[in-house]
Amino acid sequence: MYEQIAFYLFSVLTIGLFLVTVLSKNILYAMTSLAAGMVLISGFFFMLGADFLGVVQLIVYVGAVMALYAFAMMFFDATRDIKEKTTNDALVFFLGGMVALMLVIIFAAPVFSENIQAMYPVVEGVGNAQAVGLVLFTKYLVPFEVAAVMLLVAMIAGIILAGKKMDHSLTTNDDKVISQEDTK
Amino acid sequence: MIGLSHYLILSGLLFAIGFVGVIRRRNLLMLFFATEIMLNSANIAFAAASYYYHDLTGQMFAFFIIAVAASEVAVGLGLLIVLYKKFGTLDLDDLASMKG
Repeated sequence: MYEQIAFYLFSVLTIGLFLVTVLSKNILYAMTSLAAGMVLISGFFFMLGADFLGVVQLIVYVGAVMALYAFAMMFFDATRDIKEKTTNDALVFFLGGMVALMLVIIFAAPVFSENIQAMYPVVEGVGNAQAVGLVLFTKYLVPFEVAAVMLLVAMIAGIILAGKKMDHSLTTNDDKVISQEDTK
Repeated sequence: MIGLSHYLILSGLLFAIGFVGVIRRRNLLMLFFATEIMLNSANIAFAAASYYYHDLTGQMFAFFIIAVAASEVAVGLGLLIVLYKKFGTLDLDDLASMKG
């Protein structure tokens, strides 16, 4: 009973918040509603028994990624409404509705699950974090290390890309000065 | 009772929302937001499959998706800052330099 209430409440809220993200004209509103939607998605993870995944979602997405967006927003003019040429809204919503309908039909179809067997079944008697650790550091050790190297590369790339010409202020210098110095 | 198909349908709807955002948006930052929505919907589907089949592989994939999303954001935001410094805008129509 409570699970159903929580599921439908979270679903409606998440869909509404993500619709705000997609349709809003203001970057700040879009980012805030995206962060709120991600908090609610971590609620889904907790409902599904994936406690560790929910915590990681909260820390990485809501904490790190959103903070990164908020920092990046200082470089852009975030308070002004963005003007976009939206060409043919009807076609976009038709295509989106068709994709939604197709996905719903596919996912609502009955699953013949007799042949599906768990490769790495959930370990009984331990918490979710411990079970995740047991699988992650045995079967998925190599992808884990590769992911670590990928994060390191991404960090270096981010620092180099964003840190170049950091001594130039975007607000006091106009763009022509910066682009002239680019061509030198 | 909430079953696997409930979560899958929710994930499909969220994916469609992200898809509409990717198609409709012209601002690069908004495109990034829409991409995050699509990645998150995939994560929900993975976690639900992991729960209903008692298999931890889905949660593993969700972890790696989160790692990929984090590095994508780091590199992508660096590129966005470089683009903004160079052109002063993030609008895709203004950034299109190849006329085709």
